[in-house]
Amino acid sequence: MLSDQIQAKIDRELRKYPADQKQSAVMAALRFVQDEKGWIAPEDMADIAAYLGMAQMAVYEVATFYHMYKLKPMGEYTLTVCTNLSCQLGGVNETLLHLKNKLGIGLGEITTDGKFGLREGECMGACVDAPMFTINNKKLCGRLTGEKIDQILAELGSGDKK
Amino acid sequence: MINIEIDGKRIETENGSTVIEAAHQAGISIPHFCYHKKLSIAASCRMCLVQVEKAPKPLPACATPVTEGMKVFTHSEQAVKAQKGVMEFLLVNHPLDCPICDQGGECMLQDMSVGYGGGASRYHEEKRTVLAKDIGPLVSAEEMSRCINCTRCVRFGQEVAGQMELGQAFRGEHAEIMSFVSGTVDSELSGNMIDLCPVGALTSKPFRYKARSWELSRRRSVSAHDSLGSGLAVHTKNNHVLRVTPIENEEINECWLSDKDRFACEGLNSPERLTKPMIKQDGKWQEVEWQTALEYAANGLRHIASGAGAEQIGALATANSTLEELYLLQKLMRGLGSDNVDFRLRQADFSADGKQQGAPWLGMPIADISRLDSVLIVGSFLRKDHPLFASRIRQAVKKGAQANIIHSVDDDLLMKVANKAIVAPDALVTALSQVAQALDAEKNGKAQTASAEAVAIAKSLSGGGCVAVLLGNFAQQHPQAAQLQALAQQIAAATNGKFGFLGEAANSVGGYLAQATPGSKGMNAAAMLAAPRKAYVLLNVEAELDTANPQQALAAMQAADMVIAMSAYRHHATNYADVLLPIAPYTETSGTFVSAEGRVQSFKGAVKPLGEARPAWKVLRVLGNLLKLSGFDQDTSEAVRDEAIGGMDIAAQLSNASQATDQPAIPTPQSSGMQRVSDVPIYATDAVVRRSAPLQATADAAVPRVWMHGSELQKLGVKDGDMVRVVQGLGGVTLAVAADDKLPQGVVRVANGHAATAVLGAMFGTISVERA
Repeated sequence: MLSDQIQAKIDRELRKYPADQKQSAVMAALRFVQDEKGWIAPEDMADIAAYLGMAQMAVYEVATFYHMYKLKPMGEYTLTVCTNLSCQLGGVNETLLHLKNKLGIGLGEITTDGKFGLREGECMGACVDAPMFTINNKKLCGRLTGEKIDQILAELGSGDKK
Repeated sequence: MINIEIDGKRIETENGSTVIEAAHQAGISIPHFCYHKKLSIAASCRMCLVQVEKAPKPLPACATPVTEGMKVFTHSEQAVKAQKGVMEFLLVNHPLDCPICDQGGECMLQDMSVGYGGGASRYHEEKRTVLAKDIGPLVSAEEMSRCINCTRCVRFGQEVAGQMELGQAFRGEHAEIMSFVSGTVDSELSGNMIDLCPVGALTSKPFRYKARSWELSRRRSVSAHDSLGSGLAVHTKNNHVLRVTPIENEEINECWLSDKDRFACEGLNSPERLTKPMIKQDGKWQEVEWQTALEYAANGLRHIASGAGAEQIGALATANSTLEELYLLQKLMRGLGSDNVDFRLRQADFSADGKQQGAPWLGMPIADISRLDSVLIVGSFLRKDHPLFASRIRQAVKKGAQANIIHSVDDDLLMKVANKAIVAPDALVTALSQVAQALDAEKNGKAQTASAEAVAIAKSLSGGGCVAVLLGNFAQQHPQAAQLQALAQQIAAATNGKFGFLGEAANSVGGYLAQATPGSKGMNAAAMLAAPRKAYVLLNVEAELDTANPQQALAAMQAADMVIAMSAYRHHATNYADVLLPIAPYTETSGTFVSAEGRVQSFKGAVKPLGEARPAWKVLRVLGNLLKLSGFDQDTSEAVRDEAIGGMDIAAQLSNASQATDQPAIPTPQSSGMQRVSDVPIYATDAVVRRSAPLQATADAAVPRVWMHGSELQKLGVKDGDMVRVVQGLGGVTLAVAADDKLPQGVVRVANGHAATAVLGAMFGTISVERA
């Protein structure tokens, strides 16, 4: 079941669209679920489908089309590292290496305590700050160096190897 | 109209049509994959790129609307270069497995690559692989790497079947066709995806690896199941029916086929087929020669006719029998002096008999359903009983028609329903009479006293345009069917609409034309079973599955001195019959079906009868000869048909009008105990589909459950999934219970026609439920 908070948020979103086109709110609904639970399970998609009166498969199509929807648990803090051209030139390979060593995980994995997840992302449109990653798709962290990464991880909790 | 020029040919075409439509109209072919005339435009394959004068680059013909003076070149240098380019891209990831691909020989991609593909590929990298999916027992999705992502199957589900079970997940190179969390595709029209798939990604699971398309002979036939009369191409090899595909006819089945029509053929080669005549002697079944069996049967009938009297003989046939079979059966009975013959085995109310002015039919051509503006469907499990009628109504609703429902269950019809009144079976007549009442009040400016739903339905029907009232199987099997008919007639008259019956089976109209109904002296199907006869002749009938009251039917069979069962299968009749005569199913005999719209369609046998089975019309003819009856010397089934309906003005024979009183008395609903509502599950309707293994493996063929309103479950103290015992008369059965809050209170829905519920009694009436 979708929580009351999510339902309230979806209801607010639905006011933006004609009553017979409730499916327009599907992207927002998926985002609300992800914000609350950290990822979107097939059951959540089924719930959204029922809530918006659309086919389950149609929700699944949207959820799998967009990279920023997480279809499996990706940790409390998901770090999405840009690996496109500007970040490559800006030295993202070292950034990735540092993150992998620090967290003890590779791309697409999460730390054993479920705190951090690491994934690859596409250009975030802020190349001036390359190399960069986002935290949970919300917070942009640029001009990354080893020290800066350690500092960010420390602020989020523990950055030490588990 | 708009004038355009394609390849130098001047064409006048409708405003708003596309280049590809105009080209097809003029007989010019444009290569394509994702375009399909019955589906929306995707323009995703780009194979139909053509050159258009003054356009800077090639345009997709399927998505380019025609404009005045447009000049199109479909095979110019630029067009062909573009088409070849697209073909090369499509082949980049397509596996080179044509030699082991079921689609080989009838593959659009294969054909097109002959015309537009290169001799060798310039692509040397690894091809993408897409994992196999299991989407159910009918459609195989084992080789999804072959998919070219045209999305025809997805659009079919969304637009025609009404449910989106397949979709295109992921993106770009990773895009793949799949179902939601590996679910099965349960649509009753799913088999059409096999025809639509232009490559070998979706293929027929039962037909897999059985034969190559060029080894098959195609024979024209007609569906023996529902009353639509779909055209079938029966594909045979070595005297075996291997598969069935649709024959396109815009006026009947368009280019579709229901899964029942398509996969029922798997039941034709069932191990249960009866291949030798058998008689029971001293309680043991023995295989005998035809002559022995027929003489035994004839002697038995003669003995009973001369002893107990011919009226002690009753003949029952299913409405899936051919016109010829039904005609000779009634002729045989009448020759013997008995008027007891009927094919309406699931009907309960015969009070319209004798008042009926013709054969009840659809009341309009099938194609007219697509043009309806408002329709009232009374008592129909529409999607399951009539999958393609449902699809037609769904298309009409999409174009703005209003569908109104009066029924005892509220199953999802996968279409927008404007108004509905869901009531218990004993309130069905009242619900319909309220609509008539509301119409009357509306017309005469009186105050409305009817229920809100009835007023809304009346308003929808009186809006003008094309209006129809259709009575489904449930309404025809209802104990007050004649009253429902009279009311429907009244409503249709008040709204200037059509009124008709969605016939139950392939020959529901033909049975009347063949006179396989009792005359004024005879007994109807229900009467014959209620007052057991000494002898029964059964044609295609499985007494406990094909009748309105299985309990009663079985008791009557067991009490009879002699039962002659003409059947294609060895079934339960071995317990009560004395003679089993193996007859040929519809692919092994010639015959005629008269569809719901009164269309007379004759067909030839596609293969020879299995073993010693023989066409039933021949068996009946010989029986007639052995009994020394006159008029049994027809040489061909055509001669029988001509005798039955030759020179007959079919249209004049069809009429839904009944002389019954115009204002039927409305019975007050009596609520004592729970009422049974029963559907005949889609894959339990006749002997052939009941033996089709793939159909029996679908979700629709699962063991029936006992459906009740959630509050009724609470009263009983059971929860969804618990076992309960349902009892009717002397028989009871333990089944799982399920909650359906859309059912009216006081109603128990248990299917009929299924072996699991064959011990129960009448399809309508009281039923008790207790905790198991």
